[in-house]
Amino acid sequence: MYKYDSYDQQMVDARVEEFRDQARRRLEGKLTEDQFKPLRLMNGLYLQLHAYMLRVAIPYGTLDSRQMHALADIADKYDRGYGHFTTRQNIQYNWIKLEDAPDILADLAKVEMHAIQTSGNCIRNISSDHFAGAAADEVVDPRPYAELLRQWSSFHPEFSYLPRKFKIAVIASDTDRAAMRLHDIGIQIVEQDGELGAAFYVGGGMGRTPMIAPCINPFVPLDQLVTYAEACLRVYNRHGRRDNKYKARIKILVHEMGAEEYTRQVEAEFAHLLEQGVEPPFAELERIRTFFEDPLFEADLPAEIDRSDPDFALWVDRNTVAHKAEGYVSAVISLKPVGGIPGDATAEQMHLMADLARDYSFDELRVMHTQNIVLPHVRKADLHALWTALDQAGLGSPNLDTVEDIIACPGLDYCSLANARSIPVAQQISERFAANGKTEALGQLKLKISGCINACGHHHAGHIGILGVDKKGVENYQLLLGGSEAEDVSLAKITGPGFDEAGIVDAVETAADVYLRERQDGERFLDTYRRIGMTPFKEALYG
Amino acid sequence: MRILTGNDLKTGAVTWWTGSDWSLHVEDAVDVTGSEDEIARREESARRVNAPYAIDATMDEGSPRPSHIKDRVRAIGPTVRPDLTLKPADPDIGNWVI
Repeated sequence: MYKYDSYDQQMVDARVEEFRDQARRRLEGKLTEDQFKPLRLMNGLYLQLHAYMLRVAIPYGTLDSRQMHALADIADKYDRGYGHFTTRQNIQYNWIKLEDAPDILADLAKVEMHAIQTSGNCIRNISSDHFAGAAADEVVDPRPYAELLRQWSSFHPEFSYLPRKFKIAVIASDTDRAAMRLHDIGIQIVEQDGELGAAFYVGGGMGRTPMIAPCINPFVPLDQLVTYAEACLRVYNRHGRRDNKYKARIKILVHEMGAEEYTRQVEAEFAHLLEQGVEPPFAELERIRTFFEDPLFEADLPAEIDRSDPDFALWVDRNTVAHKAEGYVSAVISLKPVGGIPGDATAEQMHLMADLARDYSFDELRVMHTQNIVLPHVRKADLHALWTALDQAGLGSPNLDTVEDIIACPGLDYCSLANARSIPVAQQISERFAANGKTEALGQLKLKISGCINACGHHHAGHIGILGVDKKGVENYQLLLGGSEAEDVSLAKITGPGFDEAGIVDAVETAADVYLRERQDGERFLDTYRRIGMTPFKEALYG
Repeated sequence: MRILTGNDLKTGAVTWWTGSDWSLHVEDAVDVTGSEDEIARREESARRVNAPYAIDATMDEGSPRPSHIKDRVRAIGPTVRPDLTLKPADPDIGNWVI
């Protein structure tokens, strides 16, 4: 994985000292909150419901054991012994003191991490495929391109005050594991006639106005990747709505301008920029690429797994994924125990995951946007020992992509923007299905819950989505069906009137029962919904 | 009634105006109807509170209870982590919040 050079380290260290001075002046009263707020937000420090919240960037979700240990130490030393992994492959701490924040950033900088650009109207953490570098189906590891874009976008002076926040995802396979087309820019590295290039999808997003990004260019040569991204941002920066924050995202611009006209302007800007020579030297990409070379996979490893332990066999079936190297798999550590808080991990669990990554996965971990953790390169022969250690620590839930593997935003329990609590609903649904024994029969069923219209819980993209709203001061939950964030991307539709907290759990089970009744061979919940439509579900839900 | 809340500048902890100081406990809050803006301005200038604002509340068994669920969650802590709330030993605190 990428290692900071002296420039990277100097930039991050300098930012820590800059923020230390800003925090000191705030505490001494030399800065008002109005003056300080944009400064702390530039360093990922929010003021949430109960305290300051710090969001730490985990670039494209990749980290090593040293970094995971550091995140655990921060949870222990400065927070309340846990952290929350987010849907943007980041981690958040909920109980931070302002007076500690500079020291936390300094601790992060020691392990080549930071919280820069995890807030504000700038280019946020670049996300990617959590199986990058391990997936059997990728044309190339997408992370060097994500890293190049990270370096380009970090402190980019022209794009530090965009009309609104800006999110980029980079993948390199036809299977989309990063919700690529629901990003402001989604980039898919593709192969065409033996050459690699980048397909650009622009103008996607969730939030209050969900949109699927159209493809504006199916093949940008990789030695023009940054230049094309710069052109996309320039047109947005020039025309994006700054008068109305609800219409300020690029998806609104592309929609209102029209994808054709937006593309025309991007291509014109691109032609202009090509003459300016803004693309970094190809040697820089080659330098970055050396950090992402394959680890030394062993050859001739056994392909078979001893499945005599049924609990272990179930975990293998559900939580391991095919790897490009024979004898290896990617193993998913579920942060979704039945009745647990999706995405939360204690400091002890983080330390354990770090140790297991060191022992079994070439020292690498990944954060999934679905709020789980991946050990990307695990020998099949090590899986039982790995699973045993995970299971003993409450991290062995065999539920990847099942109805119990729920994405949930922090919701009203933590977030000042939320209208309703998300986590208790997730807890009750996972408990309901664990108790009724339907999880196995339901197979892949992606359930996503947001506590407000901002959609941090990706409810628009859930096979079943839940949106919490405020109905005259009382929590109410809308049910949505038919969304997908994958390569078969679609936006979920609302079934009808909302439900109270108990009612929404019943409603999810009712919708699941309709699927079990109506499904044909091999159909997932989503497939059945797409075939039979909304009507049978509405009839079951509302009579 | 109107009560005044904000966050402690150093720690970010939720605080409530008691009439003379700031408390972590909403039951210490007093009615500030009519004077909320003046108190908020003064206390923020003195750096005793961050981002203060007034909310509606009602008296409930002798103590103020914020009218909106968001402020009740703020007053106690996350409903999903009773151990981290201000009243970890109170089994009925969830009913007060919800």
